[in-house]
Amino acid sequence: MLRYVLGRLWQSAILLLLVSFIGFVVLSLAPGGPLSQFALSPGMTQEQLDRIAEQMGLNRPVIIQYLEWLRHMLAGNWGVSYRDGQPVLKIIGSHLFATLLLMVTSTILAVSIGSTIGIVSAIRRGSVFDYTMTVLAMVALSIPTFWFGLVAIYVFSLNLGWFPAGNMYTAGDGSILDYARHLVLPAMVLALVDLAIWSRYMRTATLNVINQDFVRTARAKGLPRRRVLFKHIVGNALIPMITLAGLQLPTLLGGALVTETVFTWPGMGRLFLDSLGYSDYPVVMGLLMTSAIFVVIGNLAADLTIALIDPRVRLE
Amino acid sequence: MSLTDTAAAPRQFIRSRALRRFLSHKLALLGVFMVAMLTVVCFAGPWFLPYDELYIDLRARFAPPMTGGHIFGTDPLGRDLAARLFHAGQVSMSIGFAVMVIATTIGSVVGVVAGYYGGRVAAVLMRIVDAFLAFPSVFLLLVLAAFIKPGPAMIALIIAATSWMEVARIVEAEVKSLRDRDFVQAARMLGLSGRWIMFRELLPNAIGPIIVAATLTVARAILLEAYISFLGYGIQPPLPSWGNMLNGAQQYLQSAPWLAIVPGVAITMAVTGFNFIGDGLRDAFDSRTDLK
Repeated sequence: MLRYVLGRLWQSAILLLLVSFIGFVVLSLAPGGPLSQFALSPGMTQEQLDRIAEQMGLNRPVIIQYLEWLRHMLAGNWGVSYRDGQPVLKIIGSHLFATLLLMVTSTILAVSIGSTIGIVSAIRRGSVFDYTMTVLAMVALSIPTFWFGLVAIYVFSLNLGWFPAGNMYTAGDGSILDYARHLVLPAMVLALVDLAIWSRYMRTATLNVINQDFVRTARAKGLPRRRVLFKHIVGNALIPMITLAGLQLPTLLGGALVTETVFTWPGMGRLFLDSLGYSDYPVVMGLLMTSAIFVVIGNLAADLTIALIDPRVRLE
Repeated sequence: MSLTDTAAAPRQFIRSRALRRFLSHKLALLGVFMVAMLTVVCFAGPWFLPYDELYIDLRARFAPPMTGGHIFGTDPLGRDLAARLFHAGQVSMSIGFAVMVIATTIGSVVGVVAGYYGGRVAAVLMRIVDAFLAFPSVFLLLVLAAFIKPGPAMIALIIAATSWMEVARIVEAEVKSLRDRDFVQAARMLGLSGRWIMFRELLPNAIGPIIVAATLTVARAILLEAYISFLGYGIQPPLPSWGNMLNGAQQYLQSAPWLAIVPGVAITMAVTGFNFIGDGLRDAFDSRTDLK
């Protein structure tokens, strides 16, 4: 077990290194590079630009810059924002809560509703319900998240007036109920894609379990249907879903970015777009790394959980 | 009789069987119909409209649908929304196809090389695939689009750069399972070059999964173009695309909801269509579905 864990940790570290290198090279190769922001100010001469480049170490080869950046990053120094001079880690940290709140809520929605749909579809395989859900899931996967957000705002906010159209809380309020009211629409919108994927995979996973010998045995020895369903079938069908949860993280983060934009939600996705607009390279790079760390750790956690709870996984 | 002839016979058989299964797949046919209809309407539609997509008429700003000869109404500059929608469709769907061609080519080459050579080559290539997959694609896309001057061709290239990994994984897995089959051994013994074996022997045998992935790539590309254009980093006006038509729509949601609804429905229809086709193709190529 320890060897497996160490092996996976090592792989994840290598992957993060590769990710950071790709991200850094892409950002460095940008036309104008990180200097383009300074070049915008009026009265800036080439000499001054050169001096800034030298001060910031931008005139050295990319690989040296990368190693330097890596050394600082590992030491916890992710650079400072070009925009307001704040440390990148601090800026990201202040936007983390909003994004996590949104992602966790929508994941809970997606997993609970999606799994239920998947299980019912599998049990009533070939029924009208099963067929309808198959088609609906595919349509749901085809709807652009941001457009679904616009429609949700139009219907539930502008016309029905049930929920606010944006922001995380009302200024001056800030009770839990107020947060919850603001959370409903964006969480629902973000959950749609995951919900569709989750229901499809849960259906397949349940179908795979439903015909296995141990389920037949459980039924044959006279266990109540409900007990067989929840203990034997659902319990086993959920195991592969753990991997799926890890694999879905990039999609979820991408979805959070557009959802936050539409609902003016003060999270990392909007921070990313704002920083991109200002060519705030250190923040952009920091956010790329944060999302990659999320994804890599998510997959690692999924693999380790499976290794822990599923005795069939042999660790060699 | 050359080696390729013997390999071709079962392949042809598989294809005709797959075609039959595809044609009996109702959703897939609906998908074909939706895509065909959108294509015809977008490419032929502009000829039948009284307005040009760039014609600005400030007196006819925000005309609701079905008034003054505007089927879908007009936008904040009084331009005909239908004309813009059709032209945008040409742009968005062309980008979808271009992305499919580029991404499938890159993915197939990476996948077949990694699958055929295995070992260290595969380890390096597939780690790169993993690294690209670890970025949420919208993030990477936006970074690329923000820096590179975004013309339609460039947008297609950028989207392809974030869409080839799926194909690479599928092809790698497929080729790895074919690598030690007899027909590959035979080709090797005949002294055929690695390139010949990879592209003439292995790749054609993986064509089913590649076609499925390619179809789904079109759907994905249309969606991604919509995402980045909506956020203002994709196709730049005055050239319309389904995504950038939605760019300013949010602020007029109350007064002119058709600005948001019309392009969104078009995107959803196109993406759904391609997803239906891809799903049908997957069932058609999957030999296990025969057993039912």
